[in-house]
Amino acid sequence: MSKVFKFHNDVDTDQIIASQYLLLPTIDDMKGYAFESLDGDFAKNVAEGDIVVAGENFGCGSSREQAPSVLKALGVKAVVAKSFARIFYRNSINIGLPVIVCREMYDVAEAGDEVNLDLAAGTIETSKGTLTCTKLPPYMQGILDAGGLIASLNKEED
Amino acid sequence: MGNTLIEKIIMKNTQKANVAPGEIVTVNVDRVMIHDIFIPFVADKFKEMGFTKLWDSDKVVLIYDHLVPTSAVEDVRHFQIGDAFAKEHNLKNFHKADGICHQLMTECGYAKPGDIVFGTDSHTTTYGCVGCFSSGIGYTEMASILGTGQMWIRVPETIKVRIDGKLPENVTSKDVILRLIGDLGADGATYKVLEFSGSAIDEMSVASRMTMSNMAIEAGAKAGLFAPDEKTCEYSKVKMEDVAWLKADEDASYVREMTYKAEDFVLVCACPSQVDKIEAVSNLKDIKIDQVFIGSCTNGRLEDLKAAAEILKGKKVAPFVKLIVTPASRSIYLEAVKAGYITDLVEAGAMVTQPGCGLCCGRACGILTDGERVVATNNRNFLGRMGTSKVEIFLASPKTAAASAIAGKIVEA
Repeated sequence: MSKVFKFHNDVDTDQIIASQYLLLPTIDDMKGYAFESLDGDFAKNVAEGDIVVAGENFGCGSSREQAPSVLKALGVKAVVAKSFARIFYRNSINIGLPVIVCREMYDVAEAGDEVNLDLAAGTIETSKGTLTCTKLPPYMQGILDAGGLIASLNKEED
Repeated sequence: MGNTLIEKIIMKNTQKANVAPGEIVTVNVDRVMIHDIFIPFVADKFKEMGFTKLWDSDKVVLIYDHLVPTSAVEDVRHFQIGDAFAKEHNLKNFHKADGICHQLMTECGYAKPGDIVFGTDSHTTTYGCVGCFSSGIGYTEMASILGTGQMWIRVPETIKVRIDGKLPENVTSKDVILRLIGDLGADGATYKVLEFSGSAIDEMSVASRMTMSNMAIEAGAKAGLFAPDEKTCEYSKVKMEDVAWLKADEDASYVREMTYKAEDFVLVCACPSQVDKIEAVSNLKDIKIDQVFIGSCTNGRLEDLKAAAEILKGKKVAPFVKLIVTPASRSIYLEAVKAGYITDLVEAGAMVTQPGCGLCCGRACGILTDGERVVATNNRNFLGRMGTSKVEIFLASPKTAAASAIAGKIVEA
């Protein structure tokens, strides 16, 4: 089961990881500051396999790949939103963080809910019923399945 | 069925007879830009991918701007890694203190009409001002281009924005793009291209167009494109006959068309803390301010400094207001010195800083704290962007910013 951490519309990359932390040398050094301005305890409370749920335009703003990277490093299983900003979406797939478009989830899920996200089937079981997620185009699904762009490039070479 | 401007650029690049929105294609990248914040991560990923050689060192541009000059000891590490990367790969296109990356990319001719360019910064959309398809990407993807010279893209839909007529006095391209973002919403153009046209657009300088391409990303856009004209050719040092193909067909297909009368635009601000929260300056009454910032890749060009200098000449900044001016590049700074704009600004009370990203990216040169309010000419008013998350940022044109600095509150120029 995954616990839901819920955020609003237009969450920008400065809110996911603020610019002053980008100078820290590694993602592991940065991850403790994820969502600091919105939920100071997020990094402490999130556990492996939990999911982030948000409204429209999640990840808008800067091109910083550290935004999806800190979420992945904290064990976030997927981000489920009504819609995603372009660069965040590409970056997430490239680093192997599942980004899932499911318009109903934001309205159905509350913070702290326990849900069951089946990535392969593209479904989310909630206490209020099972939701179906929008499928990724096959090209992007291929990169994600390989575990991200680096793994995918290595696979092409093999 | 004809093609939009972005489709024409992709067709030329891929040598395909036609492309349609939604299609995934692999493009040959004409140029890439990496800046100082992300170079350590790009260098790491490049190694992790097993690459040892750049696909084409002449096509790679490394620019230091976010941390110039350094304001914390940790910043130096980024320069050390960047310097080593530049040396190892014999990078000639390397700028350590010449200005903001997005200004230099067109100013130095790295991004030309018809090119496809990617950069590790979301405001890479700026080069659309000369009819270049340019967009921001992350560092993993950048490392992959450095090794292969290629990237996959989804052919985007296009929103046509047509503005005819003459803009009212003191209304600038900044007021235009802010209004458009307000109408579109912060995600209204996500995955799409904004294609600008009309007689009001034709009248604009390349610098004014640059402000609009720069902020196209604030509506989520993948690019903000202008077809090249004589002004573009002079600026980018290309011949009109070589770029004449860079225009949309009459029967091109658009996902949406937005048509405006230039005369209807007014002076506006983006209010805290959303870029699409647009309000007419005339409706903002008695909003007292602590600081004004004129600069950035959005509005730090010569015409912006000129507009501010003309308003501030012979006047004084309100005693409780700090006015910070940051030219977008060294060459703009020099031009502004020669033209006397810097003298006018400094005599009025401005602090002029080294070209760079400092304040706009919340790192240096005027960071604010809880309860403070700033009128700024840059592109983002997100929570925490220029200091703590309780700073109120109002985005406006250089004219509105200059007039507000004198009044000590938000006023029309």
